[in-house]
Amino acid sequence: MTVMTYADAAKAALAEEMRRDPLVWAVGEDLGRGGVFGQYKGLIEEFGSDRISDAPISEAAIMGASVGAAMAGTRPVVEMRFADFALCAVDELVNQAAKARYMLGGQTNVPMVIREPMGIWRSSAAQHSQSLESWYTHIPGLVVVVPSTPADNKGLLKSAIRCDDPVVYLEHKNIWGVEGEVPDEDVLLPFGKARIEREGADISIVSWSAQLHVASEAAENLQKKGISAEVIDLRTLWPWDKEAVFSSVEKTGRLLITHESVAVGGFGAEIAATVSEHMFKALKHPVRRCAAPRVPISYAPPLEDMIRVTANNIVDVATTMMDNGN
Amino acid sequence: MVLRYGVIEKEIFLSSSIPVNLDIERYFNHHKMMNRIRAFEETAASANDDGLVLGAIHLSIGQEAIASGVCQNLKKDDFLLSTHRGHGHTLAKGADPQSMMLELLGRKGGICQGKGGSMHIADFSVGMLGANGVVSANINIAAGAGHAIKLKGGNNISCCIFGDGAINRGPFLEGLNWAGVFKLPVLFVCEKNGFASTTVTEAMTSGEGGKQRAQSLGIPAEEVDGNDIVEVDECVRKNIEEIRSGGGPRFILCNTYRLHGHTASDPALYREQEDVDEAWKNDPIPKCRDLLKNAGVLDEDLKGHRTDALSEMREIYNLAKQAPWPELQLAYEDVQDSGDPREEAF
Repeated sequence: MTVMTYADAAKAALAEEMRRDPLVWAVGEDLGRGGVFGQYKGLIEEFGSDRISDAPISEAAIMGASVGAAMAGTRPVVEMRFADFALCAVDELVNQAAKARYMLGGQTNVPMVIREPMGIWRSSAAQHSQSLESWYTHIPGLVVVVPSTPADNKGLLKSAIRCDDPVVYLEHKNIWGVEGEVPDEDVLLPFGKARIEREGADISIVSWSAQLHVASEAAENLQKKGISAEVIDLRTLWPWDKEAVFSSVEKTGRLLITHESVAVGGFGAEIAATVSEHMFKALKHPVRRCAAPRVPISYAPPLEDMIRVTANNIVDVATTMMDNGN
Repeated sequence: MVLRYGVIEKEIFLSSSIPVNLDIERYFNHHKMMNRIRAFEETAASANDDGLVLGAIHLSIGQEAIASGVCQNLKKDDFLLSTHRGHGHTLAKGADPQSMMLELLGRKGGICQGKGGSMHIADFSVGMLGANGVVSANINIAAGAGHAIKLKGGNNISCCIFGDGAINRGPFLEGLNWAGVFKLPVLFVCEKNGFASTTVTEAMTSGEGGKQRAQSLGIPAEEVDGNDIVEVDECVRKNIEEIRSGGGPRFILCNTYRLHGHTASDPALYREQEDVDEAWKNDPIPKCRDLLKNAGVLDEDLKGHRTDALSEMREIYNLAKQAPWPELQLAYEDVQDSGDPREEAF
């Protein structure tokens, strides 16, 4: 085990995979100088500018060329810089990458990883702060990964690079510097396998990405109030670990889902609906969500904070759920 | 192949009155391929009239010299990315017309197992990486296939054919710039058939068009009469040689005319009949036939290309009509490795 940051853990994963497989390469704006968040720093010295490739500010070409390069036998790791900018390449991702294998009758795979730094970070405002993970879960063909810890960012990125499907890999900008223990060995984390962050008996709190840390803080505060919360980190949203959620809800009878992204049409709705369909009778209280209001993200910190889902929000909602009322 | 013409080069006169040494066998093969493409398209059109083609099909009638002149100059391991109007390109790249016709009819044995249809025809076994239902989307993909060649160190090339409508979408700029920046082995071919869907392309295009736009990006570009198989063939051959020897991307603008409507069901009443009549006089197939006749090839052999192609495609259509639907479990196959596509449905 080595203590490293969330950003460095991803860098270690990429470097290991690039040493293992000469067909893996990374491409995106400013990668040569280490990427805008330093998450590629030093890699060009080891792998050269063909494999840690700079790109013009042409998101559609970065994504589209990577689709072609994947179909022609390489394994591109595509850097989108900000999740928001990936919207310039929606055709290339949704109509091309996600569809090619099916539409062409299984003649090809499109093995590519699309790294999209997401989330609220330092007054970045409405075009540099979004969390759009739920959009991608709606698209057949895509895998959606939302790591929350350094260890997961290494193990999941390694799995994503070896996956033959296009993987939308959403790293949260606000946790680049978070440190944690990361396995030195070649650990691959499977998709669709949640992690129990904290065990508890009274309520299940499901989350992912940076919001997982907010959920953990809320669970800590709930403990002080005598409420035992189980915190589940889904790690991947497609596929997602229904069994882990079901068995937790079986135990607690209460489910709260929290995500940084907008509540309406968010992935929390999918989890709530699935639990309601499959285990309605196990629920002691209606399922609740703690997620963002449907407004763009602001610039001024006090306004930015207004739409942030805090630990206190979660504690308040979880506390009301203990009444078993409606 | 009729071998009695051999590969003898004979001095003849083209319509431009410039004497050239014509490789008769080469153009005999082009003539044969152009007739096969024409016959495939005509058969597809009748299948459409019969109500057996399930979705939209876009015919390339009148554009066969480009398909044959470009794709017959590609090797099997060269990549090809085509458009919604891609039957001819695919056939000339070496795909099997029987499985193409099965795909048009959505039947078992279709080239994409009945899951793509006309606009998504692909045959990876001959390097054909797909037609595309989105105009100009193939440009970035072709640049990327060229990028993979560069990374892997092959001597093959990537070829992208698109229409004149495609030059007004962003991927034209982004993909050509990409290929230029990375000096990729990519041949871009613009089939200027005059129409972007049902609108005259020039009415919606500012500036001088595709060739000048390519040149402004530093990509050597040439313009040819896309209905003259000799011009297309020679230009393509020369440019492919330059690309293979490390010259980076090239662009060829092929002027042609879309003799039918946007789709096989479009009567194209938005254009003057006299323009269409005039364009038919410039049909690339009779032009190629006259060339070969002047070079001494027997008329009966050339007519045989047409009759043989028609009977080949008729037989293919008859077999396709009798084929069953694809097996139903295919609906759930090849979505992705991760997750079960049936979850939460129904």
